[in-house]
Amino acid sequence: MPHDHHHDHDHTEPPSDLELRVKALESLLVEKGLVNPETLNRIIETYEHKVGPRNGAHVVAKAWTDPEFKQALMDDATEAVASLGYCGRQGEHLEVVENTNDTHNLVVCTLCSCYPWTVLGLPPAWYKSAPYRSRAVSDPRAVLKEFGTQLDEKSTIRTWDSTSEMRYLVLPQRPAGTENWSEQDLQQLVSRNSMIGAELARSPEQKGEGDK
Amino acid sequence: MKGGHDLGGQLEMGPINPEPESQEQVFHADWERRVFALTLATGMLGKWNIDESRHARERQDPLTYIQNSYYENWLEGLEKLLLEKGLVSTEELVLAANISSQTTEALSVPTPNLAAKILASGARSTMETDSEALFCIGDRVLVKASETAAHTRAPKYTQGVIGTVAAQLGCHSFPDSNAQGVHEGKQLYRVIFSGSDLWGSHSVGAEVLVDLWEPYLDVVAS
Repeated sequence: MPHDHHHDHDHTEPPSDLELRVKALESLLVEKGLVNPETLNRIIETYEHKVGPRNGAHVVAKAWTDPEFKQALMDDATEAVASLGYCGRQGEHLEVVENTNDTHNLVVCTLCSCYPWTVLGLPPAWYKSAPYRSRAVSDPRAVLKEFGTQLDEKSTIRTWDSTSEMRYLVLPQRPAGTENWSEQDLQQLVSRNSMIGAELARSPEQKGEGDK
Repeated sequence: MKGGHDLGGQLEMGPINPEPESQEQVFHADWERRVFALTLATGMLGKWNIDESRHARERQDPLTYIQNSYYENWLEGLEKLLLEKGLVSTEELVLAANISSQTTEALSVPTPNLAAKILASGARSTMETDSEALFCIGDRVLVKASETAAHTRAPKYTQGVIGTVAAQLGCHSFPDSNAQGVHEGKQLYRVIFSGSDLWGSHSVGAEVLVDLWEPYLDVVAS
């Protein structure tokens, strides 16, 4: 079963024996009555279509426009985020870390793939990959460059390694030139990658890029 | 434990090559969807906890772990747990033979609505304790060396390095015990390390924050 791993990202074309192995396992578990097929579909639907980074964009844009909410978010992110209706698995102990002019935050899980599901959904393939997990802690500046993110040389990068059940969400800086924008419009600027810290929030000129 | 999963600071893993965010799908193949859902659904049977689940994925040849794609490692872990916990037999899994619909104990298999409720409520890892936190904010702490084959959440790159306690996070379920089926709480701390202490003088303007449990740490006399 030789496949060529360049460590780029997860495979899109698995060997067919893998597909068969998974099918056989699912059939076995259904036949033994250990899983309910409808339950499997519900789980997939939840994380493929319902719980995703739009939740986090809502949180961030609200924090940018509502000082009271932002304070509540910094004090107790789990509770503040729950007040918007986002709670559950892999978001039980949430903490928001704020980017400033001096400090940029980046989140990783070097040991597995811990990620704040309630606000970002399931992690992208790159977040779970060996290249990211290895270098986010040891060479974060080079990692950011790979995402096209250039920071002030004098700024400090803080990498948060998610080794416990604490889950970290980055609050990116509000882009310049958005003073009169509504919360709704601001949400369009909040990319998923900016809430992991790999990128900055989109500028007003880049607004449409999330829809492409 | 030492293994392919403990990746922090490893070299030569190649470029990240992130997929553009606007083009990336949640799953990249249907089998990934199925492995994800099977893992979550069988997890709800209550036969193992999250640390046993992580440990099952870690207990692989390190090269295999690295070469596998993400959900292949999930599949490895899931099959291992199903066998070890006696939910399926080797014969059933490997040969698809002699499949028995009888399980030795009554398991409660969640309906779609119950599963959705479980996912929406989550499970907190904090625990009640009478023990006081041993370390205070500002204390300098050394991460103990650990060559254990058991599950641990003290990354190799922090071991033997001194950091500073940045926050007391309360008493949380201790992964090293939890992975062995023993549910006990230990004090958890956020420890901040300077990049240069971890990686040498070329790492300037960088800090790494790691959540570490009390048994991983020794206080350093100031």
